[in-house]
Amino acid sequence: MASQEESSQPSDTLTTLKTESETLKTKLEEERAKLHDVELHQVAEKIEALGQFVIKNRRTLKGHGNKVLCMDWCKDKRRIVSSSQDGKVIVWDAFTTNKEHAVTMPCTWVMACAYAPSGCAVACGGLDNKCSVYPLSLDKNENLAAKKKSVAMHTNYLSACCFTNSDMQILTSSGDGTCALWDVESGQMLQSFHGHAADVLCLDLAPSETGNTFVSGGCDKKACVWDMRTGQCIQSFETHESDINSVRYYPSGDAFASGSDDATCRLYDLRADREVAIYSKESIIFGASSVDFSFSGRLLFGGYNDYTINVWDVLKGTRMSILFGHENRVSTLRVSPDGTAFCSGSWDNTLRIWA
Amino acid sequence: MSNNNASSSSVAVAQRAVKQLRLEAKIRRINVSQAATDLKNFCLQNAHKDPLLVGVPSSDNPFRPPKSCGLL
Repeated sequence: MASQEESSQPSDTLTTLKTESETLKTKLEEERAKLHDVELHQVAEKIEALGQFVIKNRRTLKGHGNKVLCMDWCKDKRRIVSSSQDGKVIVWDAFTTNKEHAVTMPCTWVMACAYAPSGCAVACGGLDNKCSVYPLSLDKNENLAAKKKSVAMHTNYLSACCFTNSDMQILTSSGDGTCALWDVESGQMLQSFHGHAADVLCLDLAPSETGNTFVSGGCDKKACVWDMRTGQCIQSFETHESDINSVRYYPSGDAFASGSDDATCRLYDLRADREVAIYSKESIIFGASSVDFSFSGRLLFGGYNDYTINVWDVLKGTRMSILFGHENRVSTLRVSPDGTAFCSGSWDNTLRIWA
Repeated sequence: MSNNNASSSSVAVAQRAVKQLRLEAKIRRINVSQAATDLKNFCLQNAHKDPLLVGVPSSDNPFRPPKSCGLL
């Protein structure tokens, strides 16, 4: 009965709420602006400029028959898992470029893959709307697909996945607009994260010292920081002008970077609760598909849809270098666990190691 | 009937948005100058340990060739 009365004037309530929403948004921006006393690059003015350094394509991993969509490093700093449009997931030894395992998924466009912290399993998924875990067998002849475990079920494509600090839990993001935390053993959903207004394209887990949070980015141009225990969105940032394809935490956990179809990468500081740097140039007009930091956080590597990798000085905001080599879009990029190299994957079907 | 359902779900969505904004407005923030200084200090303190930044001798980097040779 009460609900009937309320809904008899739905447009008034809606209008009131929308006005309050706008007022709160303005107030949020005002509060953030009050603390905006300086730019990051101004604080960085007195630091020595970085010298010339040489980063080259040291290895090329060939073997995928179609576009490479995702890759991840093993904690042993030498193995890599990669996934492709043709449904293949391959585990490589990056030192020797040998393929160690290969799995054929039942779907095409395997957009997400991740290495388990133990190095004993990989997770992957894509157009099948699921995230599945494959234990890696020492027996090269064993059919990995036989031991496959379906863990996550979304109602649209899987865009990203990553193990938490153990092999027991996986975090996923999906085209259905949600993220979720799953127990690998039982396949049970432990927590779901609602708040994005469109496809979620990427996620990254905070460095373990920082606690139980993760950041996600989506087609709604928003980046959201979530509390993993409560499912609550703690902070959100909406300054990009197009889809956010990649998010990555700064090594201290106090900030994160994003790469977007608006051709910029941006840095958001979590304690100042705002964007603190934009990495862009007029000459860069293609979207950034993937970003990652060097070990100290001083360099930001961005893979772009114009086939290049741009290397940015995070503090000064300037571009240090452009790396050429790929013959099609760079779709994925990760720095190795000890920072000695980074790997990029591309629509040219290859992965390249740079050091 | 369906009209009421649609409006009440829009209202519910708007209510959630307002609730979320109130939560986000409450968080404690620090000055950009302090945040930026901390970011800068972290970079500088860890710079010497960053192999891609300082470059490590080829013997320590498994991906770099052990001796200079023209690889064609």
